[in-house]
Amino acid sequence: MSAQILSPSLAGAEASATGTATGLLIIGASQSGVQLAISLRALGYTEHITLLGDEDHRPYQRPALSKEFLQDKVGSESLIFRSNEYWIEHNITLVKGERIESLDAQPDGSGTAMGRSGNSYRYTRLALTVGARPRLFEAPGNDLHGVVYLRNADDALKLKALAPGATDVVVIGGGFIGLEAASSLQAMGKKVTVIEYGPRLVGRAVGEETSEYFLAQHTARGLDIRIGGRIEKIIDDGQGAVRSVRLESGEEIPAQVVLIGIGVIPNTQLGEKLGLKIDNGIVVDKHAIASDGHTIVVGDVANMPNPVPGAPADERIRLESVNNAVEHAKVAAYSLMGQREAYAGIPWFWSNQANMKLQIAGLSMGFDATVKRELPEKGKFTVLYYRGGQIIAADCVNAPLDFMAVKQALAAGKNIDPYAASNPATLLKTLIA
Amino acid sequence: MAKVHFTDFEGATQVIEANTGDSIMETAVRNGLEGILGECGGSLSCATCHVFVAPQDLETLEPMEEMEDEMLYGTAMDREENSRLSCQIKMCEGQELHVTTPETQV
Ligand SMILES: Cc1cc2nc3c(=O)[nH]c(=O)nc-3n(C[C@H](O)[C@H](O)[C@H](O)COP(=O)(O)OP(=O)(O)OC[C@H]3O[C@@H](n4cnc5c(N)ncnc54)[C@H](O)[C@@H]3O)c2cc1C
Ligand code: FES
Repeated sequence: MSAQILSPSLAGAEASATGTATGLLIIGASQSGVQLAISLRALGYTEHITLLGDEDHRPYQRPALSKEFLQDKVGSESLIFRSNEYWIEHNITLVKGERIESLDAQPDGSGTAMGRSGNSYRYTRLALTVGARPRLFEAPGNDLHGVVYLRNADDALKLKALAPGATDVVVIGGGFIGLEAASSLQAMGKKVTVIEYGPRLVGRAVGEETSEYFLAQHTARGLDIRIGGRIEKIIDDGQGAVRSVRLESGEEIPAQVVLIGIGVIPNTQLGEKLGLKIDNGIVVDKHAIASDGHTIVVGDVANMPNPVPGAPADERIRLESVNNAVEHAKVAAYSLMGQREAYAGIPWFWSNQANMKLQIAGLSMGFDATVKRELPEKGKFTVLYYRGGQIIAADCVNAPLDFMAVKQALAAGKNIDPYAASNPATLLKTLIA
Repeated sequence: MAKVHFTDFEGATQVIEANTGDSIMETAVRNGLEGILGECGGSLSCATCHVFVAPQDLETLEPMEEMEDEMLYGTAMDREENSRLSCQIKMCEGQELHVTTPETQV
């Protein structure tokens, strides 16, 4: 009210003294935060939006960091979500390179966020789209020059800068990021060894048959994969850089670069400061609203009710995927508009490794039977997952028709007969019933 | 520079300048054009960048690869003769293309 009677210069002074006011403050300017802002404008949200993140880059897409970008197949410009003009035209203020360290929240959901720069940001509503950070690898030598993680653009740039000087790379962790980066680095001419602590590759996300398939394919292409590998330490070359990785068996694997990809930890710090319920992420209801009834939480950081239609009502899940960030953000946008849409959908995911394009439809957890479809001469491989005779998910390698058919069946609440599906020559689309 | 003419399913046309080498999908998404999503960022995994290419332009394009062809069977709006995934069409210097976007991508 008072701002209206002040001269523009005084209004500016007031703003900087008490913190810039915004309608919605989105902390975390990545896949989820960007989608939330875009979806809100598409729905006609009129309040001012501030999209704030601690990275010193325009908001960009992460998936290519371990794939095309690492291999120089695409430039940084193609990772950018939106042009600068887009943000300006849509009344969305981008704040880069600012980390929020504390929050002063009011019972009505408004508050002030305090940044590391010393600036503070007043808001009416708050959204946390703060994502996750890499799990640190606890072993002697983990701080040597040449040891890298791969979560953001700075990590990728660091890895790209190190790569030309390396002939041997050790990748710690045989999950998606580790295998994608290992494939990329191999394509760049490096000798790559992957060390996986667990009993199989990508154990968290795919079933045994898919793990075995990836192991066989990668091994045939020359990746050296050590399942059940135990690392004792990363060894110094005497000048503070990596020379090798020593296993508990005593074997020493040469490496000038060690890439660690052993999973992520959700960034719950700000949620904790707000007193929100935390349990493997910030707990939200099916509308993407946290336990205080106000704060919106979206994406990798959110622990939410399983969105798959028909899933047990009390089943919770935290998903790390682009599809989830996008769909979850759309639901959150409705919540901020004062409407209530429940998050429901069929999660899907992709991962590109060497000549293998993996697409996953649905969630395979809780499966009790599988059907394998394989056309080796075409490089096609599919595993269908069933629970109680009903299809619940599929891992499809170079098999988009299978992927699309399963996605379609799941979305329509239909089934695919497992016996008929076991013939890889039969189109799954014709079996949806 | 190149140009893409986007016509939406209701017939409204918008012309957007494209950088040489950028795909139609990138050009659309970066400028916030509704009608193309490009969820997978162009890695041929999502089929949310479906467009119908004007017949006279279609024949000037490189033929599509098998993967794109298969993905086109999974688009939200059924494919037609002139369907393409726009992340696979890269603009050449001076090129001008005309595409129509489907009513929905998901
Ligand atoms: C290398 C790589 C490859 C991937 N490949 C695929 C793929 O092929 N397919 C797929 O579906 N998914 C893939 N993913 C996963 C996907 O990118 C994530 O699920 C997605 O980025 C999650 O988005 P988000 O916005 O929730 O979180 P994030 O992307 O983690 O973004 C959170 C942002 O918030 C910032 N932030 C955190 N705390 C603060 C604070 N206090 N103040 C200010 N800013 C803060 C962070 O720095 C970050 O920029 C990949 C991820 C990586 C890293
Ligand atoms: S952008 Fe995903 S297939 Fe084209």
